[in-house]
Amino acid sequence: VAAAVLVTTFLMGIVALVAVLWAVAKGQLSGGSNGARVIFAPGELGIGENPNPTADLEPDPETGLVQGQTIDELQARIEADISSRQPVLAFAGSAVLWLVLGSVLGLIASIKMHEPDWLNESRLLTFGRLRPMHLNVVAYGWLSMAGIASALWLIPRLLRTTLKGGGFALLGAVLWNVAVLGGVTSLGAGVSEGLEWLEFPWPVDALFVLAGGLVSLPLFFTLRTRRVEHLYVSVWYLTAALVWFPILFLVGNGFSLFAHGVPQATVNWWFAHNVLGLWFTPLALAASYYLIPKIIGRPIHSYQLSLMGFWALALFYSHVGIHHLIGGPVPTWLVTVSIVTSMMMFVPVVAVAINQHFTMWGHFRYLLTSPTLRFVVLGAVTYTLVSFQGSLHSLRTLNTLTHFTHYTVAHAHLGAYGFASMIFFGSMYFYLPRVVRFEWPYPRLITAHFWFVFIGFGVYFIGLSIGGLLQGFAMLRAESPFMDSVTVTIPFLVARSVGGALMNVGHLIFAGHVLILMLHFGRARTAPAQFKPLAIIAAELKS
Amino acid sequence: MKPLEITLGAASIVMFAGAVLGLAPELQLGSISPPAGLKPYTLSERRGRATYVDLGCMYCHSQQPRDKVQAPDEERGWGRAATPGDYSYDRPHLLGTMRTGPDLLNIGVRQPSEDWHLLHLYQPRAVVPGSIMPSYPFLFVKKDPKLLYPGDRTLKVPPPYDEPGVAVVVTEEAGTWSRT
Repeated sequence: VAAAVLVTTFLMGIVALVAVLWAVAKGQLSGGSNGARVIFAPGELGIGENPNPTADLEPDPETGLVQGQTIDELQARIEADISSRQPVLAFAGSAVLWLVLGSVLGLIASIKMHEPDWLNESRLLTFGRLRPMHLNVVAYGWLSMAGIASALWLIPRLLRTTLKGGGFALLGAVLWNVAVLGGVTSLGAGVSEGLEWLEFPWPVDALFVLAGGLVSLPLFFTLRTRRVEHLYVSVWYLTAALVWFPILFLVGNGFSLFAHGVPQATVNWWFAHNVLGLWFTPLALAASYYLIPKIIGRPIHSYQLSLMGFWALALFYSHVGIHHLIGGPVPTWLVTVSIVTSMMMFVPVVAVAINQHFTMWGHFRYLLTSPTLRFVVLGAVTYTLVSFQGSLHSLRTLNTLTHFTHYTVAHAHLGAYGFASMIFFGSMYFYLPRVVRFEWPYPRLITAHFWFVFIGFGVYFIGLSIGGLLQGFAMLRAESPFMDSVTVTIPFLVARSVGGALMNVGHLIFAGHVLILMLHFGRARTAPAQFKPLAIIAAELKS
Repeated sequence: MKPLEITLGAASIVMFAGAVLGLAPELQLGSISPPAGLKPYTLSERRGRATYVDLGCMYCHSQQPRDKVQAPDEERGWGRAATPGDYSYDRPHLLGTMRTGPDLLNIGVRQPSEDWHLLHLYQPRAVVPGSIMPSYPFLFVKKDPKLLYPGDRTLKVPPPYDEPGVAVVVTEEAGTWSRT
């Protein structure tokens, strides 16, 4: 079998190479010279867009600039934003509620790691139930629903039309919430399939497949009425993500129902890593590929590279999962496939890094003003870091040290929080005012949100990474008793709880602000909610 | 590219990856036989596994000793490097990804004392000072020592974790696994 797989892999490699050559020769990966500019209206280049729903059609009183050129273009954009309003609000509002619940669950689980006798009288609150509840609520409640909300808002914008079939997504939102609620309730009751990331019982899984399918329908309906020649790279990522999710969920859960032992473990990690790589990642990258150029008014640096990066991500990310089982009872060829593809991940990651960071280069002053950009750029930088880190510690030498330690937990949070959550926060700051037609009333709350989660997560990540490395070194010293690897982590586990508590405060501030916005409480602003008014920045730059 | 091309390309890549990482191992390992001496789980062992899953033990304990070339797992008494056959009867697999606590694949051989395990579940710090494992008081019932039923199995809890005038009785869930 191993030989057959190697030959197949080799042949697939040749086929893929031929496909890439064909695509390049046919110009399939270039999108013409204007591919990167399809997201801009004529005359819009050089003018940054901000969430400023109340003053769209008037020149900004501070800068005198209009966000675009023709009234028709602006009107079309407003119609696109309003067309996705209901499903976007359903998904985004639910996501924020799940975020608050999921982070509280995470904080309790974290405290229990250094206070093991706290809240020990109830099964519901035992660590082994809280941990999967936390993971599944933040993964399927917060990250998935926030990602879908941003996807549904992006679709009509990217295709320059209104959202079609939004009702299917709305129904999908209801089913999705029922599924998360049913799943987390069953985990709280101790009903679990016992596989990390695949804990939900199968009836809940079936609901997710159905809801995921419903959510993808508006994309295909809207694609049929699109008014753009070229599909911008974000559309590629969104299409793939919305196709991948139901497949992943169906195959991952279906296969694991019937398999056992080691093959079940390999499917388990094929699925689990793909939820990160082929679901959260493309949803977040689709948003950042749109928002960064839009806000600074500049097309992305190398458009062709972004399209190649897309296919590289699909090809390599889909195979990396087995690096979670290095050193385990898994066939060597399988582990090697995952290590090689993990290293190949440098290709799509560098493609994204070149595009997003070089596009920002020389425009960092926008980070002082735009809340969206600050979150999204932080997320994009973290994507580069977390991907490099992930590739490197899939190497056997480093993996031996970091495997089975808190270091991996810190890494997972760098991806799910530092990268994906930051981008979803940033995109919500952009699209929510536009779909509710009301600007964020209190920019200071956005500042508070940013610094609480930034500092909190910094403490969390740095603390847990150091603790995990010390734990790994202690575990590899044969002469040290195992307990040394536990004792050495305690101060860092406490640091994780402190960081987590700060993140929770940030989330409450954010959730409160979202509630105020949705209810149109607070002062109605006519200018975009910025950290610092643009006029002040302009004056500073002149002097 | 057209939406259809992106859709088909994306879908076929992920299915191919699923075949490589899932179907191929199933074909390669599906017919592998368990090592000599490995028996299917008894009813009691299966109930123990169910509790292990219910209380999420796998989130802190692995069940996959590594090769001695790679890590000193064998020197710690955790057993030889695991092979696929060792998991012939495992569903769900409980390989685990964390070692907040030690590997448990061969825990029964390394620590055969039932009393040790029961006390460890009731209060881990009573037997392993500094342990951060949760205590599981709900796997036990506290009773008046005068009102014990015949057959009630009580736990000798050392200070400072004992309570005067209280007998700690082992429930079926915690205990049966070791009786059959």
